[in-house]
Amino acid sequence: MDAKDILGLPKTPLPITQEKKSRPQKDSQRKPDGISREVYALTGGLAPLMPSIEVSQLKRRPPSDEKITWQWLPFTSSARKDDLQLYHWARVVNGVPPTGDYSFAKYNKSVDVIRYTDEEYEKYLTDPTWTKEETDQLFDFCERFDLRFIIIADRFPTSRTVEELKDRYYSVSRAILIARAPSPGEVAGHPLVKEPYNVSQETERKRALSMVLSQTKHQERKDAEVIAEAKRIAESRMAAQGVEEPDLPVTSDIGPENAEKAIGHGDTISPSNVHVPSAAVAPSTSILADNTSTLASLRMLWVYLRTYALEQMVQAASSSAGLRTIKRVEQTLQDLGVNLKPKVPTKAVCAEHLELRKEILTLLNLQKQLQYKEAEGSSFRDGSYGDMPGTPKRSLRAADQDRTFVPDTISFGGERVGKREQKRKGPGRVAETPSSPAHKRPRKLKASDL
Amino acid sequence: MINSSSSKKHGTDQQEISGPTAKSQRAQMGKPEESENKKRLKDVEISVPIVFGNAAFWLGKKASDYQSHKWTVYVRGATNEDLSVVVKRAVFQLHSSFNNPTRVVESAPFELSESGWGEFEIAITLYFHSDVCEKPLNLFHHLKLYPEDESGPMSTKKPVVVEFYDEIVFTEPSESFLARVQNHPAVTFPRLPAGFTLPPPDESKRNRGDTKDHPLSQWFLNFSEADELLQLAAARQQVQAHIAKLRRQISMIDGQNQQLKPPSDQ
Repeated sequence: MDAKDILGLPKTPLPITQEKKSRPQKDSQRKPDGISREVYALTGGLAPLMPSIEVSQLKRRPPSDEKITWQWLPFTSSARKDDLQLYHWARVVNGVPPTGDYSFAKYNKSVDVIRYTDEEYEKYLTDPTWTKEETDQLFDFCERFDLRFIIIADRFPTSRTVEELKDRYYSVSRAILIARAPSPGEVAGHPLVKEPYNVSQETERKRALSMVLSQTKHQERKDAEVIAEAKRIAESRMAAQGVEEPDLPVTSDIGPENAEKAIGHGDTISPSNVHVPSAAVAPSTSILADNTSTLASLRMLWVYLRTYALEQMVQAASSSAGLRTIKRVEQTLQDLGVNLKPKVPTKAVCAEHLELRKEILTLLNLQKQLQYKEAEGSSFRDGSYGDMPGTPKRSLRAADQDRTFVPDTISFGGERVGKREQKRKGPGRVAETPSSPAHKRPRKLKASDL
Repeated sequence: MINSSSSKKHGTDQQEISGPTAKSQRAQMGKPEESENKKRLKDVEISVPIVFGNAAFWLGKKASDYQSHKWTVYVRGATNEDLSVVVKRAVFQLHSSFNNPTRVVESAPFELSESGWGEFEIAITLYFHSDVCEKPLNLFHHLKLYPEDESGPMSTKKPVVVEFYDEIVFTEPSESFLARVQNHPAVTFPRLPAGFTLPPPDESKRNRGDTKDHPLSQWFLNFSEADELLQLAAARQQVQAHIAKLRRQISMIDGQNQQLKPPSDQ
């Protein structure tokens, strides 16, 4: 109603007629029970369709057939060994104070630390590296600190590592358990007996963990690369004749130079696989490593087809290249009139094919380099320092990538018409266009400098 | 001798022990760590050039719906020499619609003839003699019945032939294998390490399993590596020349860029 006033809308006839009727009703309803008038109006002035909370319930008090008082009473806790009496407010029902133990006493849990007698110590538990006093103290601490070894290690008077303390504690407990058991079979199920604490393993594990945690982003990336590499090799081996993954022979095949670099990285996750092509810093060394690892994996097959071997080597060689580059390599091969897969794959042919592919990769890289440098050069000349060499010019060139070898201009084996030449745009067309501006401009400058 | 042989027995190759035992065991008495009682040459590989594929004849008038072609799938030596010197048997796995789709061929020539109407992939598994290689090798060949040129007439006289050249490479061959196959024309023998000698081969055991007079031999394709090598060599030359040119250009531009660099950068 108020909204309509605000909006200035005419009141519809219906409510007007109803107003007269509803007013007397509302007058009687205006005495809502339990809540004030304003609050009631919040609900829209009408009772809710579904009664959620009975309005009258809100101020009702709970049925009080009992007499409840709160009293300041003393209490004791079974969790305490002394008889300390503390005081707190207690809910007294009909004059009866609460019974039972202090409600929080049940949370006072502790570890069952096995205590040995001196005899038992002499018989089973002597150890060259531990004195009896130390061992006793260790056990005291264990009980006191609930086997929180880090705290125990901190408080221990002589400096011992956490692993040492754990080792001593667990081996002593284990020895005692076994000694006290009537038969070995009975305690075989006990976790202490079943899984003894392995110091060396724990130390190693913690060291590895800290290595992983302290890895720099750089190392992380390297490791990811290595793992991908290892996975690829493993898969290529799986694909061939179901030979089991011989991690160790592969690592021995890779020369010592790789192993040295690998140690620097630290063997975090899978030491043997990390060793394989690990410390590849420069791309050339990584390609070399790829090759050696592929060769090694091939050798483990005992028998394979030459075409398969070539496939693997090609993959290894182009592992650093993206899909687009690989497509360009294949396009170049076609332009040169070379079969993508040799028709007569003899050893010599395969070797030549592989070398050719590698050379084409080099060629493409050089082309990219040249473009980059030209873009750099032109950005310097234009004086647009804000224009990074990487951006628009480069992408333009990338967009209208053309072929390096247009068949018709090459004497060897090409029948296609040279229409593509006209499609070329922009400078930096390495292949045949002689008048690249990059060459022209410097000459101009030199002339003007004079 | 007997004691030593039993101590060196490995579970997998019982046949090894029974066969050419005396010689090979005597030969490597001093090397108990050699696997399989054989001395293997590391860094030596031996290859067997093979050609595999199929020839398919259209049956013409005699063709029915289900038997329109008669075809033969085979694996032969690339120079038509006898492959049984290395291959013990070949297993051709046909389409499941064939009776007994697993066909085993125990002797050269390693081929299988059948009649049918469909083209499908045939898995060929080559099992080698025990001194050659324990593991079998798988080849896959897609059977081709219909000619590339679909519009052309099908002839009952001229088959559709599809062949692929490949080479089986054996790594770390055993001495006994090498000894057996030296001078055999089917095998590309490697260069042996200096001073290495082998006992003379046993010539008497050669069977005639070569395919030189095979009925299909007139249709066999020729594979010459010379053409491909030539092609590759020419391509490499071109690429290398191009690379050299690019390198020159790059160094030139580098020089220019150095001069052009704005003073603040220098």
